[in-house]
Amino acid sequence: MSGVEIERVSFGYGGAPILDDVSLNVAKGEFFAFLGPSGSGKTTLLRLVAGFGMPSSGTIRVGARDVTLVPPWKRNVGMVFQSYALWPHMTVEANVAFGLEQRGLPRAEIGGKVRRGLELVGLSQLAERRPAQLSGGQQQRVALARTLVVEPEVLLLDEPLSNLDAKLRVEMRHEISALQRKLGLTTIYVTHDQEEANSVADRIAVLDGGRIQQVGTPVELYDRPANRFVATFLGTANILEGHVTGRQFQSGGISIPDIDRADGPAAMAFRPQDAQIAPPDGPGFGGTIARREFLGGTIRYSIAAGTHMIVVDVPHHRNASALEIGTPVSVMIEPARFVTLAG
Amino acid sequence: MTDVAVQPAPVRRTPYLARWAATPFHIGCAALIAAYLVAFLIVPVASVVFVAFWDGSGFTLVNFADFFRTSIMIESAWNSIYVGLMTVALASAIAVPLAYFTVRFRFRGAAIIQTLGVVPLVMPPFVGAVAMQLVFGKNGSINLLLMDAFGFRIPFMDGLNGVIFVEALHYFPFILLNLSASLANIDSAMEESAQNLGASGWRLFSRIVFPLALPGYVAGAALVFAKVFDDLATPLLLNVTNMLAPQAYLRVTSVGIADPMGYVISTILVVLSVMAVWLSLLALKNREFATQQRGGGGLSKREISRGERIAAYGFILAALFLALSPHIGILLLSVGTIWSFSVLPDGFTLAHYTTIFREAGGFMSNTILYCAIAALIDVVLGAMIAYLAMRTRLPGRHLLDQIAMAAVAVPGLVLGIGILRTYFPVDLPFGAGSLATFWLMLAIAYSVRRLPYALRSCSAALQQLHQSLEEAAENLGASKSTTLMRIVVPLMAGGILAGFVTSFATAAVELSATLLLVTRDANAPLSYGIYVYMQSPAGRGPGAALGVVAVVVVAIATWLSFRVAERDRAKRTRSGMAI
Repeated sequence: MSGVEIERVSFGYGGAPILDDVSLNVAKGEFFAFLGPSGSGKTTLLRLVAGFGMPSSGTIRVGARDVTLVPPWKRNVGMVFQSYALWPHMTVEANVAFGLEQRGLPRAEIGGKVRRGLELVGLSQLAERRPAQLSGGQQQRVALARTLVVEPEVLLLDEPLSNLDAKLRVEMRHEISALQRKLGLTTIYVTHDQEEANSVADRIAVLDGGRIQQVGTPVELYDRPANRFVATFLGTANILEGHVTGRQFQSGGISIPDIDRADGPAAMAFRPQDAQIAPPDGPGFGGTIARREFLGGTIRYSIAAGTHMIVVDVPHHRNASALEIGTPVSVMIEPARFVTLAG
Repeated sequence: MTDVAVQPAPVRRTPYLARWAATPFHIGCAALIAAYLVAFLIVPVASVVFVAFWDGSGFTLVNFADFFRTSIMIESAWNSIYVGLMTVALASAIAVPLAYFTVRFRFRGAAIIQTLGVVPLVMPPFVGAVAMQLVFGKNGSINLLLMDAFGFRIPFMDGLNGVIFVEALHYFPFILLNLSASLANIDSAMEESAQNLGASGWRLFSRIVFPLALPGYVAGAALVFAKVFDDLATPLLLNVTNMLAPQAYLRVTSVGIADPMGYVISTILVVLSVMAVWLSLLALKNREFATQQRGGGGLSKREISRGERIAAYGFILAALFLALSPHIGILLLSVGTIWSFSVLPDGFTLAHYTTIFREAGGFMSNTILYCAIAALIDVVLGAMIAYLAMRTRLPGRHLLDQIAMAAVAVPGLVLGIGILRTYFPVDLPFGAGSLATFWLMLAIAYSVRRLPYALRSCSAALQQLHQSLEEAAENLGASKSTTLMRIVVPLMAGGILAGFVTSFATAAVELSATLLLVTRDANAPLSYGIYVYMQSPAGRGPGAALGVVAVVVVAIATWLSFRVAERDRAKRTRSGMAI
């Protein structure tokens, strides 16, 4: 088992690069996620780690070994494909045994490992079946077993849950997470679903437009987004762009005092649940309720304030009364809840 | 991140082979395929065109001027165009209503219509041409019946009419299949949204259904035109020589291989054929564009009323009778004693079959040998080209694919003339004669002509094979060649087999190139045998019997390839994966 080092990797010949000068370190035993919208380059980066495609520049190391020019079949990084890629002409058992046969293991040993691999994912009874006879979740498990039995140095999962229905997705995500902890395997997980990434990953790299936007733990990314993209991609955020003059932040008719920042242009962000609604003329800035959405646990108000539309979540409980549209209010945020965005 | 790069990123040149995703083995295969295509497709065709523009010392248009000064040539050109267009018209009159019935109405005739689709595959028009004389000719069954009942005849088979009639009956399924596919691909939502916006009846048809189905029709019609233009044997067997293909053949075989007129005609045939095929491809490209929405399910079907049903069944049965009349005709001819001036043969016998099993065994074994070699070459080349084109980034891989596919637009006659021209001067060692007339050359000519079928079949098989299936194997430690043997080939097997059978079956009934390349009966295949027998009245019976044998062989092969393709598709779709 090893970590993965990605050093200044770019990818794409001619035209706009698909990956642009990406550097990352995945620690040994870490559960790491690449998170980004489609077209962000996350799958491309994962495929480069597996050896499908060569970076136009940069280096990829698995453990201490430079694998940049090593073909996929000599890398020993296990990949689970989005489509599972189970071979329809082989039984479940033959699928799982394939990688072990390629490694030239004796027959008896292969049998034992295949059995244990299928036990690990709870599919021992289905060894003789063909992939076409399995459900989506079972196919997913076979794909996982097929990759795990070869004991790869790194496990790569490419949107592994995207072909499953919502309920199964949550189940499998817990299962994958438990399996990873049990095996202590360095894992990279690609997804476009922030909830999925938050729930399984130790750390996340957020990608957009072929570049890494931010790397951090789920909580760090949520609480301290580095830029506008990260702030809005992970959850909802109010972003105010304006100027600081003498500890006073001004933006589109909103004025916020006590900002601990040098004079100049600034972008400030806060989460809907970090603001409070108070009666008009209270502390904070004034506005008018423009829209109200009932979300179950919370009520989400859109408040017209200056030229901005500010979103504020208020916890809902039984018999709580809601504010009517058109009600004048004031919006209050503790200075500590603000995040200053870069760029 | 916005941190400033202090040093330029380390630049590493990716090795060429890796960038092409190719190995030296791939490059060797590509070179081999290129050499084969150059030697047996490009050089022969180019030499034909070259001679047409060559006066012994330089470029000339004299040969073309001669062509346009010779009245028989002008007449032949007009006749060929006339026959091509009229065949398309007659074939459309049969195919368009049939296609419309299948997609619009819910009734049982649809299955019969689908079966009609294989008619041109199982029997080429020349096989049935003579039998058609006996059924529809001046003194054929139908006209004798008409004369008895109503006192008039219909000149179905007189001169050019005969060619048009025979070709239309054989080739209308090309329009039927393409048009039905086009209609079936129209997303029902397109029709429904037009209805939702208030369109119905004629307006719905003319503004929505017709424009969406047109590409399929054009594709089919262009193919029919090209096929008819190239067909040499049907006019020859019907004694029509004032058309382009027979003229080219007669010039080359009677005046000689040096006569430029044959090459001028061949060049014109190539140009027209390429244009027709190009038009067909262009139309199909647009069809994809028009119906790219998925899960269309076709136009809404409706129940038909009693009156409509009777009319539809009547039409379908009439079409079925017409389409099968050549088959019925040769069957009767093959078991008839004497068939002349009568509705049916005078008596029935199996003597013709014993004759051919005594005399014509060589034709059959030759056909099996040549076609098996040709089909084998085709699937090997086809699978390699498909793999190179889709799984590597080798420069020129698409060119290879396109050249191989271009063989579809080269008339057999032209390929035959080109091979004669190119390889006649090459002598085999040990006094075995010219390379051009060596028996293996027939197999090679067949393989070049039928390569597009095998290639299409292999490409389709590889296209359905999701690349992640191969990547998964590589990821688990299998090298490119192991992946090829354990994953790619087993999963492509169905497509490869279907390609083999299609190539085999269609090569078995190829005649245009055969007529030019066969010099001795001992080397001749089945199609040549049928042609030779059919030319003499005494040989018609055995010729028809040979025809029946050919049809049975080809029908079995075609059925097998459909079965294989169906089973393969079923295996994949059951998997429920996006593969």
